[in-house]
Amino acid sequence: MSYKAKFRIWRGEGGEGRLEDFTVEVNEGEVVLDIIHRLQATQAPDLAVRWNCKAGKCGSCSMEINGKPKLGCMTRMSTFGEDEVITVTPMRTFPVIKDLVTDVSFNYQKAREIPSFTPPSDVRPGEYRMKQIDVERSQEFRKCIECFMCNNVCHVIRDHDENKQAFAGPRFLMQIAELDMHPYDVADRQDSAQDEHGLGYCNITKCCTEVCPEHIKITDNALIPMKERVVDRRYDPLVWLGNKIFKRSAAK
Amino acid sequence: MERSLMTQTTAESPARRQRAQLKARTLRTDRWWLAPVLTFAALASFLVYGFWAMFDPSYYIAPYVAPFSAPCLLEVCPEGARVFGFAPIGDWFPLPPGVLVLGLPGGFRLTCYYYRKSYYRSFWLSPPACSVAEPHGKYTGETRLPLILQNVHRYFFYGSVLISAVLTYEAIVAFRNTDGEWGHMGVGTVILAVNAVLISAYTLSCHSCRHIVAGRLNHFSRHPLRYRFWGLVSKLNARHMLLAWVSMYTVLFADLYVRLVAKGIVTDITFF
Ligand code: SF4
Ligand code: SF4
Ligand code: FES
Ligand code: FES
Repeated sequence: MSYKAKFRIWRGEGGEGRLEDFTVEVNEGEVVLDIIHRLQATQAPDLAVRWNCKAGKCGSCSMEINGKPKLGCMTRMSTFGEDEVITVTPMRTFPVIKDLVTDVSFNYQKAREIPSFTPPSDVRPGEYRMKQIDVERSQEFRKCIECFMCNNVCHVIRDHDENKQAFAGPRFLMQIAELDMHPYDVADRQDSAQDEHGLGYCNITKCCTEVCPEHIKITDNALIPMKERVVDRRYDPLVWLGNKIFKRSAAK
Repeated sequence: MERSLMTQTTAESPARRQRAQLKARTLRTDRWWLAPVLTFAALASFLVYGFWAMFDPSYYIAPYVAPFSAPCLLEVCPEGARVFGFAPIGDWFPLPPGVLVLGLPGGFRLTCYYYRKSYYRSFWLSPPACSVAEPHGKYTGETRLPLILQNVHRYFFYGSVLISAVLTYEAIVAFRNTDGEWGHMGVGTVILAVNAVLISAYTLSCHSCRHIVAGRLNHFSRHPLRYRFWGLVSKLNARHMLLAWVSMYTVLFADLYVRLVAKGIVTDITFF
């Protein structure tokens, strides 16, 4: 059961380039990445694509297929019609190195800007005592495979390159939420989420959640809870008063 | 070596700092515009209805009070339409009773995290759909006025807990007949009861509620009872969007039903 599919693939170095047409064989059970590999093997030996695991677990093969951010290795050809033209482009939000390969160093930069886990100074390694229910919530976030499709799709930087400076993107706002929810983390995460990492830019329109291949509920379980925590810290007079009177914040 | 440096895109070369120069606003081939169009139509029609209902005088027909006018706090409200017979606002408020209270549920929905998503997408096109470029040149999100005010949402939540209580009360007193005696049930009673349940479920599924109940804690294990509630609210919260839509239509329908009965256009069927 094989057929000839029509592909349009972005070719070019740096930002310059164009969509090139290909007609290529597709066999049963194949995914988009297989077809790109077949093109490399037959018609376009210099076609650049980043990949590694072919199992949806390394986060390397992020690309845009018919305009939607997808993992090439997890997008089955059977989801397209046989006469459909399939357009494959690199992630739009990051600079292109070549063809489908983008330079995702924006994300590494943002990761470095977030202070790592900061335990209280009087608790030594080996003394942490946490119940499963205390860490369960953030375990969801640790499923992240760092494909960066959430940061790619987020309109805050996708449509407004100038916001890149101020905005860490859903991937890293989620990391801040994870650390803020950690029973043993004492670093300030709330003010810095708002002031330094741009949580306020997020308008909870949930595209990050829509594209996440790990189905992490980024918006519902990380971004909105984090926004609520920022409200506690900065915008809710009652919580502020309560903390003043009862010195409550220590007892969380 | 020299040559390869010239022809390759290196980290320093300006070309490497460029995104793909794609001109198309989106390369999506599905009907991405359908969801925002439907959402726009649904929300806009709800707004129109709400505006009409606010000023419509037929909000009471014993024993039913139209939800958009509950609680009825003015002296013009008929005895049966008041909550426990009280009219705390007196008679100085010149407009219909609905105008007085509708700001609370209205503000609750306006600042709701789900409705924000839906109208940012469908009214403000920011973005209209995922990976479809928005038409605005500048974007600051909820970092400054006026949108930073969305952060008051939890206060609307507190108010809406009261509104849910009032609607529950109104549904309970709808089990009395026109003479105020218990033991009546009509179609209106069922409609008001279903509406009260769904409005309460929507209110409890609120993200702020989830946060207040226990989301703000880092040590769930120290607060077992709150953790239990958090689990329940989280389950509802996962259906927040569904509850938002369903409760929006039940409240609209319940309100319309009472008004139609009050106007004599529809006759309420009494079961007993
Ligand atoms: S929900 Fe927020 S972070 Fe996620 S894509 Fe939308 S604006 Fe970006
Ligand atoms: S959160 Fe999901 S979409 Fe974002 S980088 Fe991780 S796996 Fe990818
Ligand atoms: S190749 Fe690893 S996720 Fe696709
Ligand atoms: S009511 Fe929707 S988030 Fe509060």
